[in-house]
This record gives sequence, structure tokens and C-alpha cells, in this order.
Amino acid sequence: MIHDFGIVWSERALLLSGLANTAILSALSAVAALLLGFLLAPALMSKKPVVSWTARGFVDGMRCVPFLLFAYIVYYGFPTFGVRLDNWTTGLAALTIYNAAYMAEILRGAWVAQPREPIEAGIAFGFSGIRLFRRIILPPLLLSAGPVIGNQMIQIIKDSAFLTIIALPELTHAASSIQSRHYVPFAAFITAVFLYWGLCLVIEAGVSTIGRVADARR
Amino acid sequence: MSGGDIAAIFQGALVTVSLSVIGILIGMPIGLGLALVRWANLPVAAPMVAVYVSMLRATPLVTLLLLLFFALPNIGVPLDPVSAAILALVMNTSAFNCEVWRSALMNFPKDQYEAAQSVGMRAGQRFRRIVLPQIVLVSLPGLVNEMSLLIKVTPVLAVVGVVDITRAAVRIGAETYEPLPPFLVAIAIYVPIVFALVSLQRWIERRQVTAEAAA
Repeated sequence: MIHDFGIVWSERALLLSGLANTAILSALSAVAALLLGFLLAPALMSKKPVVSWTARGFVDGMRCVPFLLFAYIVYYGFPTFGVRLDNWTTGLAALTIYNAAYMAEILRGAWVAQPREPIEAGIAFGFSGIRLFRRIILPPLLLSAGPVIGNQMIQIIKDSAFLTIIALPELTHAASSIQSRHYVPFAAFITAVFLYWGLCLVIEAGVSTIGRVADARR
Repeated sequence: MSGGDIAAIFQGALVTVSLSVIGILIGMPIGLGLALVRWANLPVAAPMVAVYVSMLRATPLVTLLLLLFFALPNIGVPLDPVSAAILALVMNTSAFNCEVWRSALMNFPKDQYEAAQSVGMRAGQRFRRIVLPQIVLVSLPGLVNEMSLLIKVTPVLAVVGVVDITRAAVRIGAETYEPLPPFLVAIAIYVPIVFALVSLQRWIERRQVTAEAAA
């Protein structure tokens, strides 16, 4: 058993590059999905039925489709529309589009629950448009949605493991290739599990820091 | 894609649905058991459950499934794809269900429990007659939510060779050189199932809100 972990240790470069791919992929798509979510959330709350129904259809549709099947559709579907991307970019696109729907729904929920008074006070003080959003609406919104966004980021990390099926060299793929070359399944995959756990604990620590900041401001 | 291909995908759907149902039926009581261990704060066992839940919640189902499927036979436990799939689903969903049950237990009013004690109910009776019926109601939306999450990760089971919806779709795509149509059929099967569960969850939540408002 110790010997097996020795083999995994000797392949640490591969495993670490897998971990880096998982972390970078998840971080990039979390940020991109959050930004897209900020565009989609107002669309969900739009007073124009065409806009709100289209946004609602996209968001509810994504929430009902398994990510793995969505990744397959993107992987095989993009080329038929003449879009040729490498596996890494395809994976990033799939993760981002899929999670944008979840982020939009999270932001909408937090937005609706925000008290009206500070926004009205902001308008009374002459804030409008982008400045109103950035200075008055955004900070409390991010603080109150923080924990749920953190949960979604953990979900993104776990979803990124599915991309191993399109041969994207992320953490699970690295563990898989170590196990297939050296036949050390337990050592290889349990190491991957611990690395995923570590990533998630980092995010949870970040979320609880945000929670403390939010409490301090209250 | 022929009619036979579509039939093959539906046959896969049967496998997907049965495995999900088995996973849910076994995972839910195990989750409750784990939650009770933490609630009762059993020495040694409670921290172990906490670590188990934290770790399982952070582990992607693919990774867990590959670990079980390749590592268990290695230590002398023979495992076919279907058992590996059920084991992985149960381990995964029991960890998530544990958190749902636990939050219901944490919010359970203590005075009711003490009232049951004062009328002389034994521990088992207190749990079965006073605690369980109420925490089931409180946990229901969360449990249904976990069910829809579980169904959404089932395509992963195809990775170890379970012939489910996804495996059937992949095979047809490889045979016809047209991968998109079978995946669209697969999605068309998943969407109504997940949508029904999501609607069920919203309906339960709405009913509970109106019931609370009426009370």
C-alpha cells in the first residue's frame, strides 16, 4: 500500500497539473458564470414577457439537464455549427454556460430578498444606472448571496470532473491515467479525492470569511 | 437513428430510473442514521460521520465511482458495474441527505422532546412518534432537491459500463456517426423527470408556506 502511494508520489507532476487544470477551469468558469448571471438575473426579472420568458426557459432548461449530457452536446454540437475549439475551451464553455443559469437564479433570489429602502435612498441621493448598481445594490447582494455562490462553486469543481469524458486533462483524468499505467487504483483515486476535498475546504473557508464580513457590517 | 435505437435509449432509461430509485431508497435512511449519530453527538462516531460527510460532499461522483470500481476488486471485493454504481450513488446521496436531516433535527423544538420525556415515552417512542413525523415534513423539500441532484449525476454511471441512457446514446452515436440526435433523445428523457421533481419540490414548499400562514 505504501508502495502504491510511492508510485502516485512519483507521478506528482501529472497529478498537480491535473489539480491546476481543475482549479483554473473552475475559477475561470465560476467568474464567467457569475458575470453572465449578472446579465441574466435582470432579464429574469424583466417586465417584458418576451425577455423574462426566454431567460426563464434557458435557466429552467439548464437546471433540468444533467451536466454530462450538456457537455456531450456542446462537445459534438459546436463543430456542426462550424465552431472548432480544443477540449479545454469546450469544457470551459460548457461549464460556464451551464452554471450561468444557476448563478442567475441564485442572484435573482438574493436580489428579490434585498430591502428596498437603501436602493430608494441611493436614488434619492442621485445615484443611477451603473453607479447605483455598483455602489448600492452590488455590495449587499454579494454578501448575502455569498454562501450560496460558494456552494455553486463547489458544484462547479465537481462538475469539472465530468469533463474527463472529453479527455480534458483535469484531476480525475490525471488519477485515471496514473491508475491505468501503474494499476494502483486505490492510491491514485483516493489522492484525487483528498485533493478535491482540499479545494472545497478552501472555498468553504473563503465563504465563512465573507460571512464574517457580512456579519460585521450588519 | 432508427426506432430500435430509440427503444434502446428507453431501455437504458429503465436502468437509470431503477438505479436512481434504489440509490434514493437506500441512501435516505442511511442519511437519517448518520444525522442521528451526529445529533446524538456519539463519541468517536460523530466526528467520523462529520469527516465522511464533508469528504463525500466534496468528491465528484465520477471520481468516487472510479475509486470503488477499480479499488474494491483490488482488495478482494469483486464488484460488477451495477453494484459499484449503486454503492457510489448511496454513498453520495447519504452524505447529502445527512445534512438535510441534520438541519431539520437541529431546528426541532426542544420543549416538545422534553414534554414527551415527561409523559414517560421511551427514547424509541419519542423518536418514532414525536420527532420523526415532524422532521420528515421539514426535510421533504430538501430531500426532493437531493433526488433531482442525484438523477442529474446518473449519466456518470455509464463511465464504468452500466448500460444506462447515456451509454446507449454514446453507443448509437458511435454506430451512426451522428452523436447529436441520440444525446438529444437522452436529454428529452431526463428533462421531464428532473422537471417533475423540481416542480414537486416547489409545490411542497408553497404548500408548507400557506399552511404556516394559516396556522
